[in-house]
Amino acid sequence: MQSISSQTSKPEWLSSNLLLQPFLWAMSWLDYILAPLQNLIGYKRMAYFFVLPNLLIFGIFILIPMLLNFYYGFTGGDSILLENRPVVGAANFEKIFSCQDFFKPNTCAEDLFWRGAWNTLTFVVFQVAFIILMSLITALALNRDVRGRGFFRAIFFYPVLLSPVVVALIWKWILQYQNGLLNAFLVSLGLTKVPWLLDANWAQFWVIAVSVWAQMGFFTLILLAGLQGIPKEMYEAASMDGANKWRSFWNVTLPLLMPTMTVVLVLALIRAVQVFDQVFVLTNGGPGTATLYIVQYIYRTAFEFRNYGMAAAASLVLAVVLLILTIGQLLFQRRQEAA
Amino acid sequence: MQTITTFLTRRHGGKRLDVADIITYAYLLAGVLVMFGPVLWLILSSFKPLSGLYEFPPTFLPYKQESVKVEGYDKPLDLYDVKMADGSVRRLAQISQVGIGARVIDPAAPQSDPIDIKLDQRAPVRSITFEWDNYIGAVEKFPFLTYLQNSVIVTTAATLVTLLINSMAAFALSKYEFRGRDAILLIIISTLMVPVSVILIPAFLVIAKVGWTNNLWGLIIPGAATPTGVFLLRQYMLTIPDDLIQSARIDGASEWRIYGQIILPLAAPALAVLAIFSVMWRWNDFLWPLIVVSKTELFTLQVGLNAFQGELNQQWNYILAMTVLTLLPITLVFAFLEKYITTGIATTGMK
Repeated sequence: MQSISSQTSKPEWLSSNLLLQPFLWAMSWLDYILAPLQNLIGYKRMAYFFVLPNLLIFGIFILIPMLLNFYYGFTGGDSILLENRPVVGAANFEKIFSCQDFFKPNTCAEDLFWRGAWNTLTFVVFQVAFIILMSLITALALNRDVRGRGFFRAIFFYPVLLSPVVVALIWKWILQYQNGLLNAFLVSLGLTKVPWLLDANWAQFWVIAVSVWAQMGFFTLILLAGLQGIPKEMYEAASMDGANKWRSFWNVTLPLLMPTMTVVLVLALIRAVQVFDQVFVLTNGGPGTATLYIVQYIYRTAFEFRNYGMAAAASLVLAVVLLILTIGQLLFQRRQEAA
Repeated sequence: MQTITTFLTRRHGGKRLDVADIITYAYLLAGVLVMFGPVLWLILSSFKPLSGLYEFPPTFLPYKQESVKVEGYDKPLDLYDVKMADGSVRRLAQISQVGIGARVIDPAAPQSDPIDIKLDQRAPVRSITFEWDNYIGAVEKFPFLTYLQNSVIVTTAATLVTLLINSMAAFALSKYEFRGRDAILLIIISTLMVPVSVILIPAFLVIAKVGWTNNLWGLIIPGAATPTGVFLLRQYMLTIPDDLIQSARIDGASEWRIYGQIILPLAAPALAVLAIFSVMWRWNDFLWPLIVVSKTELFTLQVGLNAFQGELNQQWNYILAMTVLTLLPITLVFAFLEKYITTGIATTGMK
């Protein structure tokens, strides 16, 4: 026991008595209540007691909603109460998928869904590509023998901690048309002001750029950990074989980084598909529907239009997409582990 | 010249800076500008008076127009450096402005006749001043402190509950053989990837049925049973040897004692990581409180900030100050626990 507690490094603030004392007191107090319980059911069944609170909350607030979602998806009406909702079968799904041309949202019965879906696809492709590229470059830079590495790492990571609302407001302020910093910069170069968030293309660009800004530090850290996990001997062996830096990057770094890259890719994909809160504050889906993404479509359909059935059906479609992504990752990982 | 560059580029270990190093530093320094610049701009802007915020082009530092109290005028008058017809520059106070002209007066001699000047003759007298009124206003005119209080309550309570129930479940799932264990584990792992957005509507119904809409419990409890936390703690607890538990049992320790006095202290590093994440999740949470809470007095900071910025008549001076106040706590946490947070994320790959 002694040897183990010395191995594990405890944070200092946790071992300080001030925090620990009331905690220990509560623990021993609870023991008086729980000892009879253990005598009653036996020590092995105490496992159920330990798992119960978590399971209860998990069941009520995650599992049951997941099952209820199916019921919502197959019922109609504008009541949120289950008993007031008429069963409509697959009508919601039929409506979603009734399109003359899936690439033209105008021809779809539920055109906002498809607008959201295609916008999300564009967002995901560009955002994930940029975020992986930028975090790979940054991780490679931070993996070099640079001074003040801790400082740089912290700076690149810092935006990850900021809430989506704060991130959106910071950029909304910079991208202001009338007196924003960026337009001031353009004017000082002799150019004219650009309505960054009111022009459809620019708004799409900035929504992607801002989310790359806010999240890349997270992926940089994971890639950096992956880079540092590559044994030095591999590089030494490569340079002994006469490989230059570029070749050793292609033949050593990238292949060995692949497992980490897969994790990063899937995490980035899953997160990008769910993009919502930051865009909600930055553009609120606008101008028009230029930055309306699928989660915001669900939110609007449910809580503004009160069409809970349609929203649930859409969220089930989203869940299927996420499931495919997750399973894809698992299969890919297994294949890599086997190889 | 040669020796100077040699001196400047000399490094520890005798190696010299090469092109790749220079590119690396250039990239990292540009990164500092891009990553931290916007936050710095926010902070500087939050100290500007309203007139400074709407000035174009904006100034980098917060300036304030200097004014002076002149006898015979109710309000303090703005000071200007006026270039007179004879080329001299006098510091005068402006009484009024009409069209392209202004009427100014010498503040030292309020009885003297006002002077009419053209606007392009004058330049405002300004000094760098940090305008705390934005912060005072944000706190006084808006229920900022209420939002802050709600956020603190939710974050603290939710983190404590999360740590307790997640560690209990992780203990059961890692150290006991019991019927249904594998099934529970499978369900928990398979929901690791389920986002709130997918179960938005039924989750809201459940909250409504439980009676927790417009109740802080509705924000605290549902997210506490996080699969990520259980999974993380379980993986960590698997590395704690079972022998410890066996010998404690032989010594007559109850299961609760084993949990509280052996497992928890040994799992402290993993608990610390989860605690940091939980604080981050809850402090920054937006979608869930947006749905669950509709009464203003129960808004968290994030929801309050959003509601405030969405108002038709945006008062940017207060919005900026509130934004700074919102990002301050998490920034302080980061400043103190940077090492834990970055290594925690690198090893667990979660956020």
